[in-house]
Amino acid sequence: MNYHNYATRLRIDLCIRMLHAYFDGKLIEKIDRIPLDMRPRGGEHARCCIYRDRAIIRQRCISVLGFGTGPEEDELTPLADYARRALERTLIEGPVLHVIEEGCSSCIRSRYEVTNACRGCLARPCMLNCPRRAIRIVQGHADIDPALCVNCGKCLGECPFHAIIRIPIPCEEACPVDAITKDEQGRAVIHFEKCIFCGKCMKACPFGAIMEKSQLFDVLEQIRRGCRVVAMVAPSIIGQFPGSLGQIAAGLEKLGFCAVVEVAHGADMTARHEAAEFTERMARGDACMTSSCCPAYTDLVKKHVAGLAPFVSSAATPMHAMGAWVKQQFDPQARTVFIGPCFAKRHEALFDSCVDYVMTFEELGALLVAREIDVAALDAVDVEPAGRREGRGFAVSGGVTRAVAGLLADGAGAPLVVPALVDGLSKKTIALLKTVARERQPGNFIEVMACEGGCVSGPGVVAPGAAAVRQLEKFLENSQAIRNGCADQHSHAQR
Amino acid sequence: MKKVTVRVCSGTTCFVMGASNLQMLHEYVPEELRDWVDIQGAHCLELCRDRNYGAAPYITIDDEIVAEADLSLILERIEQRVRG
Ligand code: FES
Repeated sequence: MNYHNYATRLRIDLCIRMLHAYFDGKLIEKIDRIPLDMRPRGGEHARCCIYRDRAIIRQRCISVLGFGTGPEEDELTPLADYARRALERTLIEGPVLHVIEEGCSSCIRSRYEVTNACRGCLARPCMLNCPRRAIRIVQGHADIDPALCVNCGKCLGECPFHAIIRIPIPCEEACPVDAITKDEQGRAVIHFEKCIFCGKCMKACPFGAIMEKSQLFDVLEQIRRGCRVVAMVAPSIIGQFPGSLGQIAAGLEKLGFCAVVEVAHGADMTARHEAAEFTERMARGDACMTSSCCPAYTDLVKKHVAGLAPFVSSAATPMHAMGAWVKQQFDPQARTVFIGPCFAKRHEALFDSCVDYVMTFEELGALLVAREIDVAALDAVDVEPAGRREGRGFAVSGGVTRAVAGLLADGAGAPLVVPALVDGLSKKTIALLKTVARERQPGNFIEVMACEGGCVSGPGVVAPGAAAVRQLEKFLENSQAIRNGCADQHSHAQR
Repeated sequence: MKKVTVRVCSGTTCFVMGASNLQMLHEYVPEELRDWVDIQGAHCLELCRDRNYGAAPYITIDDEIVAEADLSLILERIEQRVRG
């Protein structure tokens, strides 16, 4: 579940403090004080003591500066050094996610526990049925030896008092591809050869121990140095900030972006491509075609469901299409920043020469707060080329299907779309996808969204929930649709 | 019982700091109090200026300012005020 909580608030607060220091021109001087300011002596602390809290905040600072924290990190290196390196950096490196080592370690390793409800009964079915003899009776209570327990869960079903519970490890539970596990010290480790960068572990961790390596300061430095920096906003931005698209764009211009474009325009191109490709594939007798706009999904295919690869649409992602558009039609020298709710896109952009940086809505939110820009009070500016209803609809699950089916609906002799939607990647839906490749079911157009509900519930949103979705839906209703699939050839207006 | 007016700040700062969560506030007001509570949106209340973002989101109940407003705090204050 995506919700507002203290972990989110802490992340935003930290970002704002760093931004204030940056805009005062004192990031390097002030950054080492931030963990102390946030956890002053004698104040409250979330963990065992303020020192632990400060150590965690320090590591959070490092990740906001765009670096990882790992065994290679030296605790004596001042944050000022990291800040200096961040401000000088021109190259961005992956992997985009990492575990804040100090933050993680609070989850127990053993996943089954006997609660007080145990009556120490005579039958003791838990003990007898444990295949590893991991259960003993200690002082009239069943007790699981974590060294022997293999987490099979048999005991849980045996206890007549339901006294045994399973304690899930939130990040492991959330990861759809088993890419995060605990090491010997009980700390989470991400296995990047499996990771699809969906961000579910980050959303799930109650300690906020998984963070992204931010590119916030890279973007700000580009702007400060006078580069032309173009903001490419994902359609899911509607509802993320109070105000209209034009007002949000005005806010971005105030922040120093030289132009704002809608990624929805790229999504319109993707939709057209997919419609044409679908027609071709059906004519040639393919069993199905799947969407390709969600990078976590395409990464999943690469790493876990290779059998689906031939069915994935060859359409470029909306982000790439828009990045290419900016570099070709707007200014080849411009630096492009994708602004969206997605972590997988940050990973995707590492390998995409058309997209230079990625920012999340959360980071944009922190930036607006730090600069005290009240979006709803600004005069709207035009955002061109305007995205159409089809492309803007990519932000919600079912939107890609609606766009492609809609584009095909007018055409004579167009193939019939039998849609199937995979709304959110989980172990269950991935198992289903594996059968799609084998059994060629359950439809001929399969839309896959890693996040349940679509991009609107991505890991990088600031405003999760129904209110944002409702606003986006209203926005879609008021958006113009592409007519006959090719009507807006002329709208590639240059600014 | 006394009628109260609640103004939820939807300036950018409050919104980002958590007021986005309060957009559905009306749905959480207990049935028996609904007729007594008038919920309105508001532009930036200007309480966040000069880097005072830390205590956002802000809301007002009549003339009382509630800082660090979350659902449970607001509902508690509403209840107290309405019931007097
Ligand atoms: S945004 Fe709420 S007081 Fe300014």
